[in-house]
Amino acid sequence: MNSGIRRVGAAMIVLFVGLVAQLTYLQVARSDKLAADPRNSRTFLRNAQRDRGPIVTSDGVIVAQSVPANDEFKRQRVYPKDTASLFSGIVGYQSIQFGEVGVERTFSDDLAGRTFNLTPRGLADAFATRQPVGTVVLTASRAVQQLAANGLAGRPGSVVVLDVRSGGVLAAYSNPTYDPNLLVNHNPSKAQAARSLLLLDKSKPLLPHAWAELYPPGSTFKTVTASIAIQNNVDVATQFPVLSEIPLPQTNGQTLSNFGGERCGGSLLDSFIVSCNTTFAQVGFDLGEQLASGVQNFGVQTGPPPSGHATGFDPPIVRSQGPKPGTFQRNQPAFMQDAIGQHDVLVTPLEMALVAESVATGGTILDPHVVDCVMDTDNRVVQRVDTSEYTRAMDPTTADTMRQFMLGVVNDPRGTGTAAQIPGVQVAGKTGTAETGDGRPPHAWFIAFAPADAPRYAVAVLVEHGGVDGTNAEATGGRVAAPIAKQVLQSLLASPPRPSQCGGGQPQNNRNGG
Amino acid sequence: MTLPLLARTRRRAELSLGVLVVAVTVGGYIVVALAEGPNLPPDLYPLLGSVFGLYAIAHFAVRRFAPYADATLLPLAALLNGLGFVMIARLARADANGRLNYRTQARVQSLWVAIAVAVFVVTLILVRDVRVFERYRYTALLLGIGFLLLPMAPGIGRTINGARLWVGIGALTFEPSEIAKLLLVAFFAAYLVDKRELLAEGRIRAGRFFLPSPRDLGPLLLAWGVALLVLGYQKDMGTSLLFFGVFAAMLYMATRRRAYLVGTVILLVVGGFVAYKSFGHVRLRVENWTDPWTRINQPGGGYQAVQGWFGLGSGGIAGTGLGLGNPSLVPLASTDYIFAAIGEELGLVGTVAVVAAFMLMVGSMFRIAVDAMRPFAKLFAAGIATIFALQTFLIIGGVLRVIPLTGITLPFVSYGGSSLVANFALVAIMLRISDDTARSASSARATPPGVSP
Repeated sequence: MNSGIRRVGAAMIVLFVGLVAQLTYLQVARSDKLAADPRNSRTFLRNAQRDRGPIVTSDGVIVAQSVPANDEFKRQRVYPKDTASLFSGIVGYQSIQFGEVGVERTFSDDLAGRTFNLTPRGLADAFATRQPVGTVVLTASRAVQQLAANGLAGRPGSVVVLDVRSGGVLAAYSNPTYDPNLLVNHNPSKAQAARSLLLLDKSKPLLPHAWAELYPPGSTFKTVTASIAIQNNVDVATQFPVLSEIPLPQTNGQTLSNFGGERCGGSLLDSFIVSCNTTFAQVGFDLGEQLASGVQNFGVQTGPPPSGHATGFDPPIVRSQGPKPGTFQRNQPAFMQDAIGQHDVLVTPLEMALVAESVATGGTILDPHVVDCVMDTDNRVVQRVDTSEYTRAMDPTTADTMRQFMLGVVNDPRGTGTAAQIPGVQVAGKTGTAETGDGRPPHAWFIAFAPADAPRYAVAVLVEHGGVDGTNAEATGGRVAAPIAKQVLQSLLASPPRPSQCGGGQPQNNRNGG
Repeated sequence: MTLPLLARTRRRAELSLGVLVVAVTVGGYIVVALAEGPNLPPDLYPLLGSVFGLYAIAHFAVRRFAPYADATLLPLAALLNGLGFVMIARLARADANGRLNYRTQARVQSLWVAIAVAVFVVTLILVRDVRVFERYRYTALLLGIGFLLLPMAPGIGRTINGARLWVGIGALTFEPSEIAKLLLVAFFAAYLVDKRELLAEGRIRAGRFFLPSPRDLGPLLLAWGVALLVLGYQKDMGTSLLFFGVFAAMLYMATRRRAYLVGTVILLVVGGFVAYKSFGHVRLRVENWTDPWTRINQPGGGYQAVQGWFGLGSGGIAGTGLGLGNPSLVPLASTDYIFAAIGEELGLVGTVAVVAAFMLMVGSMFRIAVDAMRPFAKLFAAGIATIFALQTFLIIGGVLRVIPLTGITLPFVSYGGSSLVANFALVAIMLRISDDTARSASSARATPPGVSP
């Protein structure tokens, strides 16, 4: 019997050796791949259990923080009630099940304190288990974000407010929004149910519409068309015929008409002030391919501005679309419609705020950013999102002319944007009413900057389907969107935001190092 | 070596190895607590006392009742048991709100360890000679089948995780198939020793071959078939496969006829195929084995298998350290998947150590079988060794996805009282056989030359 027993024993040992071989494969050869697999929640759990710094607004309000939790995750990410749905577009969330979104994602490593070391404040600190966490300071302020939300008053739409000196986003709010606390619930079935409900919603509340959704800009895009025309030496004194409609070439007698069949024309300035479609369609036709290349200086069709860790935007800024280069000869009517912000032109509300900014700054568009700086546990600035040039849209002289154009829209009695007038402050703006082509009311737009002589803030307001169809529909951008911009600008100028907590100058760590 | 010297060296080795085992267990328990903060576990001294006390009781029982027995089995069993307990206690710590039931399990398991040691001592005392199993082989068979049938009895049967394998009285649940393991292996050993010549030679001539008569093979096939049917009915794939393998191995060891091995392999393939085609739960296990990745989110799908791999992979070579991983992400981390929990926190170092401990234990058992004098003791010991080897391979292989997962405990390590009690009883019987061998070897040497032993 012994030989049989020995053989079975040997066979069993062979089986065990097989186990060791597979163990070596799994825990050595394939270890890294398994550990890094996105479906392996361990890496994330380690992060969830790790302390994580808060996200604060430029006016010092905490919009995200970690609090101790009595469960396996040890910490719960909390978005304070008052600001939860106000800031969810920018801040996003850090969820166990769904991962990270927003600044929670783009600055995750900084929040977790992985990107810098704590300077020990003495020997005791070197041995203590003090974990460095980062505080992320937003450029957006609670006050301005609230102004934006109040202006929309629950209507679907977006408001973007930029600091034209730094490119910082003071507000980027869009309706509908959501409460991120529902998604970071540690009860997986509750979190999943909340997410499913949000995903089912056709109005896409999880999407930050302000920079991740495209809309036809309508007449606000005439700002781009006009500046390209001036940049390309179209004489400002040129008189355009007074028309109610303009025939479209390459078609069977189709025409492009002014809103409400109005007759308009005259100089470029006149046409801009009353938002004359026939004139700008003609300008678009005259520019031809120059229009397609000109929009690229605004970041349209090229772009988009940087997202991610550079500026804090997440999901990434969507690229705005303009006339299709090289198609003018084939499709002239498209360019005529593109010139008035319809057809192929589709932009984000953020892009239109950048257009306003370009005129305000004398031609420069800065990188928009939602994060200002990162501070360490001792409130020292360890990283700063710098002001940097994104693109040059036009010459200062062109910008100067455009400033006059936009002032006319607001100040001239004939102007479409008179509702944006603020006593004692010069406001420059442009209205827009964009046909959506789906039979629903048009989008109401308004872009502006103020004060016109020493610009500080640029605004874009979009009220989705907020316009009214019918006669003199062009006025709706001025009637619906302009008052919101006025409201925001007026409050902002009356009580300008405090200087950022990030302070000026260089990050302190660099100073120490240098 | 003279008997008293043998007893002294073996028992001293067992004691000093035991000190190491206590150190590893209590050390592990402390490390788990330290992972949370700079405080020692509040129950450190009671734990130290009971681990040391239980080992001492077992050790002195061996000293008293089987002084010449093998010195490695008890320390190895205690090491694996200690490591398993540390893992369960560690899982309990992560289970703050008791949602995963690990808190209760840790408390219950410490009680079961004490019961298992008691059963170990009682077995050493009661089973003074393993021939008692040989003599009462049919009683063992009936008892074994009876134990297997017990969960189907109305009133006391319990269904846990979709398999009706438990009997429960109040809060106490017990898996009778664990005890049946011992009884059925005893029956097979006794029966095979008796009939092995007949089975090996064959009584019926068929051309060039001699086939065993149905009269000799019948009771064997009957017992085997009944056991498998009962287990199949209870959906206990792990134990079915275990019995199948052990009986095949014992038949081969008793007769040395390869034909039996070939026959059982054919039976296994055919049986496996039929089971795959006709039972949904078997099909599920096979599909989760071949491709768990695309079935992660399906109910009863590959989630557990994939999580097990993630745990092992995240552990890497050195592991995350006790208390610093997330082993509770794997469902059933205290029972079927405790090996994945060990792999995550102790890494390849830990998993290979566990496999090595099992290899040493199984090796010692086979050596005891080879050394045993009497045929019954030999085959009984070899059967028990095969049980440990196969059970370990089935569950670890299932977790590693070398084979499909069959729910079965990792001996000594997994949470589960019945398994622990039965396994300690089996170790006691192995020690008894080892002790017998040493005694008879000595008396054989003492026999005057010229007289045949």
